[in-house]
Amino acid sequence: MTMPLMRPKRKNPVLRTRQMNLPPGARGRVALNLTAAAAEGRFELQVCQDCAAVQYPPREACHRCLSARLQWRAQSGEGTLLGITTLHHSNDPFFRERLPWRLGLVQLDAGPSLIVHLHGEVGDAPTPVRVGARLDRAGQAVLIGFPKQGTEHMADDKMLREMSCDPKFRKVLVTDGKTAVGQAIVQALVKAGADIVWVGHAEPWKKLPGFDDLARLPQVTMVPLDLSNARSVTELAGEIGGKVDIVINNAEVHRAHGIASRRGTDVAKAEMDINYFGLLRLAQEFGPALKGRSADGEIGATAWVNLLSVYALSNYPSHGTFSASKAAAHSLAQCLRAEMRPAGIRVVNVFPGPIDDEWNQNLPPPKVAPATLASAIVKALRDGIEDVYPGDVAQEWLERWRENPKVLERELAAGGG
Amino acid sequence: MQDTRTSSVLSSLVAAMLSGRIRVIDLTQTLTPEFPQIALPPEMGQCWPFRIEEVSAYDERGPGWYWNNFSCGEHTGTHFDAPIHWISGRDLPNNAVDTIPAKHFVAPACVIDCAAQSTANPDYLLTVADIEAFEAQHGRIPAGAWVLMRTDWSKRQDPEAYQNFDETGQHTPGPSAEAAQFLVEQRGVLGFGSEAIGTDAGQGYHLRPPYPCHYYMHGAGRYGLQCLCNLDQLPPTGAVLICPPLKIQKGSGSPLRVLALVESAA
Repeated sequence: MTMPLMRPKRKNPVLRTRQMNLPPGARGRVALNLTAAAAEGRFELQVCQDCAAVQYPPREACHRCLSARLQWRAQSGEGTLLGITTLHHSNDPFFRERLPWRLGLVQLDAGPSLIVHLHGEVGDAPTPVRVGARLDRAGQAVLIGFPKQGTEHMADDKMLREMSCDPKFRKVLVTDGKTAVGQAIVQALVKAGADIVWVGHAEPWKKLPGFDDLARLPQVTMVPLDLSNARSVTELAGEIGGKVDIVINNAEVHRAHGIASRRGTDVAKAEMDINYFGLLRLAQEFGPALKGRSADGEIGATAWVNLLSVYALSNYPSHGTFSASKAAAHSLAQCLRAEMRPAGIRVVNVFPGPIDDEWNQNLPPPKVAPATLASAIVKALRDGIEDVYPGDVAQEWLERWRENPKVLERELAAGGG
Repeated sequence: MQDTRTSSVLSSLVAAMLSGRIRVIDLTQTLTPEFPQIALPPEMGQCWPFRIEEVSAYDERGPGWYWNNFSCGEHTGTHFDAPIHWISGRDLPNNAVDTIPAKHFVAPACVIDCAAQSTANPDYLLTVADIEAFEAQHGRIPAGAWVLMRTDWSKRQDPEAYQNFDETGQHTPGPSAEAAQFLVEQRGVLGFGSEAIGTDAGQGYHLRPPYPCHYYMHGAGRYGLQCLCNLDQLPPTGAVLICPPLKIQKGSGSPLRVLALVESAA
C-alpha cells in the first residue's frame, strides 16, 4: 500500500536549490514511437503485420520473420513479473540521487519480456502486473510495472511521482480566472489538493460572473495579469515566478471570424496578441524561474500547460483567424517544450474541440463542458501526459487528421465540422 | 522695425511665466498600460489600451540607448475628440485632427464645479440650471471657450473605481442632453471636457439622443477632451488651454498633453 504524500516541509533557504539531472534521454528513431504513444497516455508496441509477433525492444524488422511491415499497436500490458532487482548504486546521476530504485523483469502475455520500473505496490515475483508507458523527466517513454489492483494513494508512489506532475501540494498559476474554463480549472486544482492557486485577473473593472465566488476559496489569490501587457507579465513573474510550480496558460481571445466576415485586422491581432504573443511573453518571464526549480524537492516546479485548440491542427474556416492564432501558439509551444526539456519541465498541450462557452453559442453539440476540460487537464498532469485532445470533436478530428490531413482540410473547407 | 523685447503681448506673457504670475498646470493623465480604456461590448471593435515594450535599454539590443515602442488607440488616455469621431460630424469640413484650424488648440476654458454632485451621485448629469447658476456667479460663457466639467473623478486612482462598472454598465458623470445642446446652440462653445473616460456620462447610451455630448458637439464641429485631471487647480474662468492633438491624417482624435495657463490673483 502506498502511503499518501504528506505535505513536505518548507525548503531550507540556506541550502543550494537542487538542480535537475535528467535520466538517460537518448532514443533511436524507431523507439521514439513508444514516446509518441506515451505522450498521449498509451502503451504501444510494434506488431508484425505478417506473423503477428509483438516485439520489444523496437527494431526496424520483425525479430521472428524479418518482415519490415511493423505497426505500432496499443497493448493491454498484462503480464507476469519474473524477478526484481533493487538498485543501491548507480553511476547515472539521476538514479544516483533517487536510490534505492526497484526494477523488474516482466513477461508480457503478448510475448515480449521487458525491464520495467516497479511501482512500490508490486510484491514479490512471480506476480501478475500491468505494464504501462509513461514519460520520464527527460520526456522519453519508460516502462512501468503497475500492480493489478492499485490502492487509493498509488499515485503518490515515489517512483511514479518522478514521472508525473501531480498538482497536490503544488503552487499553480492560472492565467485567466474570468472565463468559465479558467474558473473550472481553478476549482479542479483546488479539489486536486493544490497548495496555492494564483489566478490572473485582467481589466479588473470588468465584472464577470463567478469571479467573486472563486476569490473566496482559501487557496486562491487573485493577481493582476494581462498577457497583452508585457510589464504586467514581468511584474507578476518578479513577484511570484520563483514560487510557481505549474503554469496553466488558459488566457485566450476567441472570435468567430474568417477572412471575409470581418473587415480589418484588429480582431485577428487581438487573438494573436493573447493566444500567441501572450504565450511568448509568459514563457520569457516565467520560463527561467520554472527551469531553475525543477528539482526543488518533492513538489518542485514541474509543468507548463497550454490551452490550445484542435483548430490548431487544421484551420476551421468559420473560426479562421482564431485557428491561425492557435496554430501559431502550437508551434511556439513546441519550441517551449524543446527549451523546457533540459530542465525536466513537462509542457502539456491541450487541444479541445469547441468549448461550451459564449463564443461557440451557435455551434451544435457536442461541446466540451468547462468542467470536463478542467478534469482532463488535471488528469494529464497526474498521468504525465503531454498531448491531450478533450471531447468527442477533438478525438474525431485528431483521427481524421492522422488519417489524411488533406482530406480533413477539404472537408472543413466544405463546412463539415 | 519696432523693438518688441519689452512691449509685445507675447513678451509680457513670457515675462509673466518667468516671474510665476502665470503658471502652467498639467491636466494630463500619465499614459500607462494600467490606465483603463473605454470598454465596448466584446463583439464590437475595441480601442487599444496603451501598451509599451522596450526596444533596448543600454543592453545587447542597443548598447548606448534606451527607447520603447508603444501602441494605443486614438482614444486612449487623456485624449482629444474631433468632429469626425461621431457620425453626426462625419461630413463637416475640417473635421479631423489634421485639418482642424490650429488656432482652436489654444483657447480659454470655463470650469463648472460638479464635484459635490458627482461624489453624491456617480451618474450625475450636468443640467442647464447648473450652467445658468455658473453664469450668474462668473459671467456668461464666451463663444469659442472650452467648458470643462469638474467632477474630481480623476482622483479615483484605482482603475476599478475609475471605471465604476456594475452589471448595468458604467456609472460616471457627464452632461445631460439638454445641457450639451444648450452649450452648443446657445453659447457656441469650442468643446466640452470631462474627467471620466468619455465626455458623455457612463449611462449616456440611455439618454436621448444616445451619447448626447458626442452627438451635439461633434455634429456642430465642436471638440471633446476626456480623462482630464487637476481641474480642481483651475479657476472657474480665466484659464487658457493648450491642447493640440497629434497631426494624424484623417484622425478622429489622439492622446495629447493638455496644459492650462493660469494667472495668479496677485
